[in-house]
Amino acid sequence: MGWVTWRQHRLALAGIAALFGVASTYLLITGLQMYRDYAAVTACSPATSDICHRVANDFLTTYVRGVGITLALLQTIPALIGAFVGGPLLAREFETGTFRYAWTQGFGRTRWLVAKLTPLAIAVTVAAGAFSLLVSWYIDPVIGAGDNDGRLYPTVFDLSGVALAAWTLAAFAIGVLAGVLIRRVIPAMFATLAAWGGLAFVAGMFLRPHYAAPLVTTDPSIPTGALVMNQGWFTGGQPASLDMINHTLGAVDVRAITPGLFQPGPATPANLGDPVQYLIRHGYTQLTTYQPPGRFWPFQWIEGGWLLALSLLLIAMTVWLVRRRAT
Amino acid sequence: MNVIEAQRLGKCYGASWALRECTLAIPAGHMAALVGPNGAGKTTLLNLAVGLAVPTGGIVTVLGGWPAGSPTALDGIAFVAQDTPLYKNLSAADMLHMTRNLNRRFDDAYAKARLGELGIPLQRRAGKMSGGQQAQLALTLALARHPRLLVLDEPMAMLDPLARHDFMATVMTAMADDGVSVLLSTHVLAELERVADYLVLLSSGSVQVAGEVDDLLARHRVLTGPATEAGSCAERLNVVHARRGETQAHLLVRTCGVTDPVPQGWEAHPVSLEELTLAYLREPSAAVLPGPTRAAVVEPAGVPR
Repeated sequence: MGWVTWRQHRLALAGIAALFGVASTYLLITGLQMYRDYAAVTACSPATSDICHRVANDFLTTYVRGVGITLALLQTIPALIGAFVGGPLLAREFETGTFRYAWTQGFGRTRWLVAKLTPLAIAVTVAAGAFSLLVSWYIDPVIGAGDNDGRLYPTVFDLSGVALAAWTLAAFAIGVLAGVLIRRVIPAMFATLAAWGGLAFVAGMFLRPHYAAPLVTTDPSIPTGALVMNQGWFTGGQPASLDMINHTLGAVDVRAITPGLFQPGPATPANLGDPVQYLIRHGYTQLTTYQPPGRFWPFQWIEGGWLLALSLLLIAMTVWLVRRRAT
Repeated sequence: MNVIEAQRLGKCYGASWALRECTLAIPAGHMAALVGPNGAGKTTLLNLAVGLAVPTGGIVTVLGGWPAGSPTALDGIAFVAQDTPLYKNLSAADMLHMTRNLNRRFDDAYAKARLGELGIPLQRRAGKMSGGQQAQLALTLALARHPRLLVLDEPMAMLDPLARHDFMATVMTAMADDGVSVLLSTHVLAELERVADYLVLLSSGSVQVAGEVDDLLARHRVLTGPATEAGSCAERLNVVHARRGETQAHLLVRTCGVTDPVPQGWEAHPVSLEELTLAYLREPSAAVLPGPTRAAVVEPAGVPR
């Protein structure tokens, strides 16, 4: 039955191969160039000196924007795979009426469906997994040079580790279920994109930061690459408003535009230093809620785990619906 | 053995009943014609028989008591749906390969020989074939499975007369060689005259006529006589349908015995299958149903397996 699946879906599979091929080529070309420049950063010694910090910062300034845009574009990959491979899988059978052929053959619907879903699910998951290795290689220099948005940053997190493979499998499962519920190809594809997008947004914004109880600290310097969930000023046990902060900072003519952004004025003393330290000296406490970068792999396994469970559930629902779906 | 047995079979879509209280018993070894106007429920009945739909009421069993849609039923029944669905981007050879992979029993040699005889190139994609070639390909795939029952839903709707002739010839050969029973739904009754030996007439979701064709034709005849006497004649005889002209009337009459005397001044003619069908279609309240069928021990039709 594997042959049947490859033959029928060769167009979709060729599309995925092309998608990954183009993306991989781009990552390789820009990545190799990045690694050449990164060699200068790693060669610089001692790493904690000012000169080496400047080298690292120059590297980051050159590359962070490009990497950020690339990662944002790569976010679409699982959704596209789900929509173009998963969506039409069953929807096209209904739309063209070929289910009347497929479901009246001797081996029956369940065996036919499982034999169709299994190789495709494995293929998309493995391809995505291999690609995420390439993505991890690509972002290593930027992370290593000390970018403040580390591996836990949303667009980085779901393209590395096991997350990309898990999100791709989930998109495929959503697509297949949409196909059997909607039974028309184009609407099923749109529904898949919408459902996957919604799920990814909710997971990234609301679920992921709470996989483990976050750490809270008063230390204004938090580890590089941490995921900051919340940061606020407190004084006398109460939250400090922006007005109160500005009132205190008025003495040195610094304006707080936001609790984290300070603008010095013409009367600011030259040896003021960090306005944050000034506030701390004057009775303010900065509380930061964050997830430390070391939790990357535990979070990856948690996210991969529930996505795998969700995918299996959606596929089981699809099989059940096909078994009982009447004309 | 009855290839299809339905007891009070009903199927409802939303608020409307496509089939209502259908009771049928089609015996094996026949070419059964399922006839009826558009919307009568022919496709629904066939879908229920092959397991593509689940009944709302009643039971349908196939091949001597197996539930429709069960593995035994799927194995022994080959179905060609309306508009012969095939995967348009696959070649004939690919379709053969696929059907072989989806069935326990598939006669590859027979299929290739048939396609060769018909002049259908194996490498041509199904979407690029003519309607007749697609129908023949679908039929070949079905027959190569050597089923016990072949079910065809309006297979000849898209075919020209020559293609129709070839199609029926193939089916008849398969019946003779392999002992396949055939259930065929169609509008084109004239061509089935010579070949169909069991008739099921569906009208508005219920079975109006069901029986062996020889039997039905023997039990009906057309009486032609003066229009003025038509009324009085009708009272004494079992008239199914009357056609009155200015001077002449034609009465389609059901006879109780073959030796019923013809009324004075009237002539009796045998009736053709087409005339018989048209007459019953025009008289929805008339029905010819076989006697009580032997009750078979069946499991209730459930989820198709």
